[in-house]
Amino acid sequence: MSEFLPFICVGLIFWGYYTQIVSEGCSGFISNSDIILQLDLPFFTYILRVWYRNSVILAHNLVIFPIVLLIFWKSIGPSALLVVPGFIIVTLNMTWIALTLAILCTRYRDLTQIVQNIMQVMMYVTPIMWMPEHLPQRASHVMLDYNPFFHLISVVRNPLLGQTVTATNWIVAIGVAIVGWSFALLLLKKYRARIAYWL
Amino acid sequence: MTSISLQNVTVDFPIYNARGRSLKNRVMKMATGGSINSESGGVVVVRGLDNINIELSRHDRIGLIGHNGSGKTTLLRVLTGVYAPTSGKVDIRGKCTSLINISLGIDPEATGRQNIFLRGALLGFKKEEMKERLQEIEDFSELGDFLEMPVRTYSSGMQLRLAFSISTILQPEILIMDEWLATGDEGFKAKANQRLNELVEKTQILVIASHAKDLLAKNCNRVVWLEHGKVRMDGAPSEVLDAYFGP
Repeated sequence: MSEFLPFICVGLIFWGYYTQIVSEGCSGFISNSDIILQLDLPFFTYILRVWYRNSVILAHNLVIFPIVLLIFWKSIGPSALLVVPGFIIVTLNMTWIALTLAILCTRYRDLTQIVQNIMQVMMYVTPIMWMPEHLPQRASHVMLDYNPFFHLISVVRNPLLGQTVTATNWIVAIGVAIVGWSFALLLLKKYRARIAYWL
Repeated sequence: MTSISLQNVTVDFPIYNARGRSLKNRVMKMATGGSINSESGGVVVVRGLDNINIELSRHDRIGLIGHNGSGKTTLLRVLTGVYAPTSGKVDIRGKCTSLINISLGIDPEATGRQNIFLRGALLGFKKEEMKERLQEIEDFSELGDFLEMPVRTYSSGMQLRLAFSISTILQPEILIMDEWLATGDEGFKAKANQRLNELVEKTQILVIASHAKDLLAKNCNRVVWLEHGKVRMDGAPSEVLDAYFGP
């Protein structure tokens, strides 16, 4: 129990953060349509607003974690500071996802609902409510290594629990960020002029 | 050197109904070749502007007139940079400030003072720049202690005063207006009109869309008559206004 509760505490807090950014990112341009149709502001501004608002809420939610650690009398060493570069990687990933979804969901309005359903399924496929050790050996390869959300959550969860972040986690998280940003920038460049017409 | 140049600008609006915006329907269309579903979410295209050619240079004060739906607001949005034209070229040199909606960015839950910074940010001012102008805005609006209260407690006239005081603090190079700004009660009106006239004097290019003949005659040195997205007449105010309104 003393292992499991801090595990789901951090997992749920960060998963809530990811889900919110993805959902609010989908409607990022739609909810700001009155400003977009009047001022020529850079489109990334609206994504940054979503990111900042949710990060402040994350900071408020994280307050429960030290309390949980205190209850179970666990301590974390200085290796917990690795959560900071972990969070930077998470931010890099969340922002390109939010940007891509904002562009696509403005054109195809039912995509928002589809994305929300996907995120709900991902919550059960990713080790949030269950620990990766509980998985039988033959299944773990597919469900964990090929699941980008597992790596995204591991880079912030493992340092906070005093566990190591594996090289695979770093490589996948950074790799997905690079590929994702290239895609998002291409999408933005191609459809930038059309976004205002879709609103 | 501020200037605006529109060459063969055309704006086509795609009108999507609910079916046209659905990803599911789009995928179905691709799979079935579009022949099965007759209401396959066709896209109707409306031509908002048709081959507009306009050159504006420094000291131009342009009035836009036309019937409802003729393309005035669309043209204003092209000038602000919101709509990139579907074809043709737009070349805008200089900073464009749009006073189409003077309450843009005002958050009803925030206090009057906080909203000064919020609205200022959308006008392009940094926080320090707004701090310098804070006293001037507060004095002009005459709202006194109400500036500490959330804007949702204001009457509509007070909200207008606040929005007006903040929005007219700028030094625009290109000013875009959709109708002359509504200016509140009698006491405020004289002050507001004077302020607006000063603002108009200071800008390098003014574009104002309006239905009021006297307003356009007084403030513009050139009037453009838009009809169905095309330029029907473009010339001196006296000519165009007489042609449009009748002598």
